[in-house]
Amino acid sequence: MFLRKIATVVALTTLASSAWAGCGASDGRVSIVGNEFPAIQTVGAGAMECAGGGVTVEKNLTADHQKINVPGMQGNPAEFTTAIVANSSIVALMNNDVIRPLDDLVAKHGQGLKKSQLITVDGKIMGIAFMANAQHLVFRADVLDQLGIAPPTTYEEMLVAAANIRASGMMEHPVGGAYAAGWNLAEEFVNMYIGQGGEFFKPGSAEIAVNNQHGEDALHMMRALSDYMNPDFLTHDSNATSAEWKAGNVALMNMWGSRVGPLKSDEVDPTVANNTDIAGPMTVGGGSTPASTLWWDGFTVSKNISDADAEATFMAMMHAIRPEMLNDETSPLAVWLIDGYQPTDAAKGVFAAAAMGTTPYPMLPYAGLMHSAAGKELVDFMQGKETASQALADLEAAYTTAAKEKGYL
Amino acid sequence: MKHKTFFWFFLPTALAMILFIALPLTSVVSQSFHAPHDEVLLVSEICDPFGCETESTIDHQATEQLKKDQPLGKWVGFEIYTDRNHLAFKEVAEFWENRTSFTGFISSLNNLQFYRAMGFTLTYVIVVTPLVILFGLIIALAVNSLHRHLKGLMVFFSLLPMIVTPLVGSLILFWMIDARGIVGSGLQEIFSDPNLSLKASTGLTWVTLIVYGVWHSAPFAFIVFYAGLQTVPKETLESAMIDGATRFQQVIHVVVPHLSPLVAFVALIQLMDNFRVFEPIVGFSASAHATSLSWIIWNDIGQEIRLFSSAATTSVLTIIGVVILLMPVLIRTWREFNPDK
Repeated sequence: MFLRKIATVVALTTLASSAWAGCGASDGRVSIVGNEFPAIQTVGAGAMECAGGGVTVEKNLTADHQKINVPGMQGNPAEFTTAIVANSSIVALMNNDVIRPLDDLVAKHGQGLKKSQLITVDGKIMGIAFMANAQHLVFRADVLDQLGIAPPTTYEEMLVAAANIRASGMMEHPVGGAYAAGWNLAEEFVNMYIGQGGEFFKPGSAEIAVNNQHGEDALHMMRALSDYMNPDFLTHDSNATSAEWKAGNVALMNMWGSRVGPLKSDEVDPTVANNTDIAGPMTVGGGSTPASTLWWDGFTVSKNISDADAEATFMAMMHAIRPEMLNDETSPLAVWLIDGYQPTDAAKGVFAAAAMGTTPYPMLPYAGLMHSAAGKELVDFMQGKETASQALADLEAAYTTAAKEKGYL
Repeated sequence: MKHKTFFWFFLPTALAMILFIALPLTSVVSQSFHAPHDEVLLVSEICDPFGCETESTIDHQATEQLKKDQPLGKWVGFEIYTDRNHLAFKEVAEFWENRTSFTGFISSLNNLQFYRAMGFTLTYVIVVTPLVILFGLIIALAVNSLHRHLKGLMVFFSLLPMIVTPLVGSLILFWMIDARGIVGSGLQEIFSDPNLSLKASTGLTWVTLIVYGVWHSAPFAFIVFYAGLQTVPKETLESAMIDGATRFQQVIHVVVPHLSPLVAFVALIQLMDNFRVFEPIVGFSASAHATSLSWIIWNDIGQEIRLFSSAATTSVLTIIGVVILLMPVLIRTWREFNPDK
């Protein structure tokens, strides 16, 4: 009797888990590597539903994805059959020639895709985007209301608002920001430099050109903002900044759209959660281009795998981003590019960013080198140890050395 | 032992050493003399959800043959060693020529990542190594004088800092010293300075890292010295006591000389370990204030675009640094084993 019960349960579970078995593919290996935040987790879980029959599905979602995706796709056969990437990280995969064109797979299985979801290079489809992201203003409505301050639309207004909040005694460090030395600090510099109207490279070449007035203005604004931040700001990444926000220590910050959902969750102090509101990205220095960048997240398929595995991978990922996956729970997690997506309140920041003409993050083969040089060379300025032009000169020199080594110059 | 017997006895070790030490070393050294081939850039039209742009991409076909013929990349000799991100000969010479004062020269070296990292690494080595030996000895003497029922328990507790994985240990301390953590806010209370932050100033970050280093490594010195203490000749100690030596004099004149070979051993291991300081810098997110050669290697290969040649060069420089640092101890050991030379 007992045994029969167990057998029934096991049979039912197997049935349930194989409801989507293969998602149309008869056999193949699917192995996903990608970043780790709620929207990507949802996509990863969606692909996992396809396990069963002859199809195996594995996922490895980690914040360190960019350290392992290239090595994991260079072998033959590749360990990862698909990498979930963004516009910056697809470049490393293209640089190393580890992803395959998807034209035939899209023709065969990609009927539900919108044309805007296709990432094409010279007409060849190299990736499928499923969500958009951007950094934009997040503010505490109650704090601003109490002081009669309107949500800032420029960074200059943000400084004034921060000074007011500090003067009122409500918060000592009212501004938050992911300014951790390394990738985050460099990203904030990229935002601010674009907002000032700067160009990173001399047109058509890999020669860097950031040591100019735009660069200095960008750095001075970042330093001015840091005066209103927790003194430990150089150790605060997006996670730590979110924690500061949840603790009610911060009233204004520039934050990723995809990070706002958790700030309003049930676990957060209701005063903070209910008063967390968002608006579009801010401009700076009288410019009209927002000091922010637009991002897409999407998936790619490995080059060094069998065609059967590639097909199974593509079908599993298409299952994960099918229109039916959108529901009350998943819709607020991101600005989905999937057909049938109804924008929620959580999406208005990213939509505003797009409407204001925010620049997409540059998809250049050598942009990553500039980003990592900025992450380590700008910290001296942020600590007040050197001038802005010295920091920018260091950044240019460090980038140029690395770009020469990599054969770009 | 016959030569043949020795050969077969040593063979497995030799094979393992070739496989796991000699070959990787050769590969690292050869990598440091090569750089990737020049990339041929194409102008392509890239379209994404935000529109189409003409951007540069890499022409893989153009370099495919080159990469097949010379898979190691192009030979660059010492170019990477001398470039700005490593020894920076050209920049250092310029700083020296344009110096206004010696301190000005030193602070301009701080703009070069290699020298910035060396500054912290050497300070860390010079401060942590003697402190570890000192604290190790004190703990060993203290535990050794305990009642024998308590000894086992105390040995276990004293070893705990070393048992904790360095990254985990430093992360735990990182949160404790946070301005809102127990140690951090405690310090603010003691010094009645609400803005005191151990993570915000370079000096305090260095102190934190050094304290962590001593905390983590002292148990190693302790357990070595504790083992050594069990072999101190009772007769010598007793005769010292009869001569009226105080406890302190006994330690200085009998115990320490007896332990001196162990001190050399601990110093050797600690110099090597401390020169490769890495985990606490990551754990404490301290890279804004303190970097080390190991951290530079990790940073070079942990980015979206990985710099293998640069990382290999820094690895070779680290090995050279360790050899230089160990030279005095190595010479001493060599003399001890070859007294007639």
